[in-house]
Amino acid sequence: MSATTTERGRQAGRGSARGKTTQSSPARGGAAKPPRSRAETRAGYAFLSPWLLGFGLLTAGPMLMSLYLAFTDYNLFRAPEFVGIDNFTALFADPRFLKSAQVTAIYVFVGVPVKLAAALAVALLLNAKHRGQGAYRSMFYAPSLIGASVSVAIVWRAMFIDDGVADRVQQFFGLPGGGWVGNPDMTMPMMILLAVWQFGAPMVIFLAGLKQIPAELHEAAAVDGAGPIRRFVSVTIPMLSPVLFFNLLLETIGAFQVFSSAFIISGGTGGPADSTLFYTFYLYIKGFTEFRMGYASAMAWVLVLVVGIITAILFRTSRAWVHYTGDVR
Amino acid sequence: MTTAMTTASAAASAVAKRKKRTSSVVFHVLVLAIAVVILYPGLWMVMSSFKPNGDIVGNVNLWPETWTLDNYASALGGIGGVPFWSFVLNSLILAVGSVVGIVLSATVSAYAFARINFPGRGVYFAIMIGTMLLPFHVVIIPQYILFNSMGMVNTFLPLLAPKFLATEAFFVFLMVQFLRGLPRELDEAARIDGCGHWGIFRLVLLPLMRPAVITSSIFAFIWSWNDFLGPLLYLKQPDTYPLPIALRIYVDQTSVSDYGAQMAMAVLALVPVLLFFVLFQRYLVDGVATQGLKG
Repeated sequence: MSATTTERGRQAGRGSARGKTTQSSPARGGAAKPPRSRAETRAGYAFLSPWLLGFGLLTAGPMLMSLYLAFTDYNLFRAPEFVGIDNFTALFADPRFLKSAQVTAIYVFVGVPVKLAAALAVALLLNAKHRGQGAYRSMFYAPSLIGASVSVAIVWRAMFIDDGVADRVQQFFGLPGGGWVGNPDMTMPMMILLAVWQFGAPMVIFLAGLKQIPAELHEAAAVDGAGPIRRFVSVTIPMLSPVLFFNLLLETIGAFQVFSSAFIISGGTGGPADSTLFYTFYLYIKGFTEFRMGYASAMAWVLVLVVGIITAILFRTSRAWVHYTGDVR
Repeated sequence: MTTAMTTASAAASAVAKRKKRTSSVVFHVLVLAIAVVILYPGLWMVMSSFKPNGDIVGNVNLWPETWTLDNYASALGGIGGVPFWSFVLNSLILAVGSVVGIVLSATVSAYAFARINFPGRGVYFAIMIGTMLLPFHVVIIPQYILFNSMGMVNTFLPLLAPKFLATEAFFVFLMVQFLRGLPRELDEAARIDGCGHWGIFRLVLLPLMRPAVITSSIFAFIWSWNDFLGPLLYLKQPDTYPLPIALRIYVDQTSVSDYGAQMAMAVLALVPVLLFFVLFQRYLVDGVATQGLKG
């Protein structure tokens, strides 16, 4: 594999060497802008070839194929049979599909705001200049690095199982116990806690954004008599809005795709009572345990459409609330 | 008069100092409280792995009353005749392969985006950014059909080939951003010295891209190391399992009974990640901060 890459590289080198001879008499000194020529184009495609190949073979091609499969009945062993929109009508009559959509929607629309609120709150706290800030920043970031791993899912299950640590804490505060993993009403809070525990990544991005806010703005507002809350609403939030938008977009798209933690915690079932049957989990079950690949492809395209619509809405509304100053990215 | 003023300002600065000290105390109390909550699950996992099997679930205390290494002995015993080190080796091959693939393909592709002026570049760049927002589940079924038809199931190729083809736009974007920060005069100087694009890339810019390459390598390693869905789809024979799949099989197999060994294996599976974190936390956190990367 690496051999082919270097081979490509060498061809690129040859291409541009040839390019150099044609460019060697630059009539107009193109110092500011490199000249656009056929050799330049050839070099561009040569250097871009890994990505172009990957995009064509592993992204664009498969997307078209999955769009086709979404309208077929296909199980990997027989040829796909065209069935029109049957998969889509079946989807919306499938109670498990509707349940998985509901579970995912709750996770996204509750979990993401809670996680981002936690990230912003801790970022504001850490932004005050005190000793040890860098160490805390790293420490709080650590869960984001391991949060999606199987190890953490196993720990989470062991902590939230009946008579587990979470149960003990509940009892300590005089609340009724009973375990979270086996209780369909408690699995969602458990999954959201796991997501919120990983607030570190957006927090680090918030912190970077906070550092970009010029101190003069706060000082000027303070001179004009703005208290801390007023300064937060009128200075911090608008100045931070591009970062907030970025975090919101990434976290929302990421939350739609949660899979491995739910898989491990529920032992591969999505239970109890389908309460951890996240969208991509059900897609996996349909596609790779029941081998209903047409149906699963239809699910995948519904997901693409939903995520696309939400992304579009975020971008649309961002014009109203995201405040760009000067050359912020 | 002057003495009065100095005492007054001294008193004022003493008040300010005390105020600063109380705010500092409040800060550290709050932050430490958060740190305890954040670190607890990890510490609980590590400490539980040294506790006797019956003393794990429901034991809130971190410190083991009796220390034991039995859990590690059973975790290292492997699964169904496949030794534990086989899983580690598979994970390592996948992670190192991913790093090599991503560094090779992303640096080259990023150079094309950042430094070569050719028609269509803007469109490709927009598409590349777009793929970052695309739920990748839309491609897993056709990709599976493709790799299955080529007889690549139960090999590492379906997991490694995409890395060599820069499908993780993320890394390409990170490197494009980094390259844009390097002065164009470098290219010009090298061009005058007779370098073509390959020479500029290989001799001038690639050595300067070291920080971006290191950050990408660490993320590529960790993401591959933790990846669960990919191996779950393609690796179905126990001797091809990487650690996450082995861990899952182990949990299913031992079900409720052997929490000690589960914890021990969970800890062992995280050792390289934690090692990378301790050694390279600056690169990781700054990488996230400056690129708006996600961890």
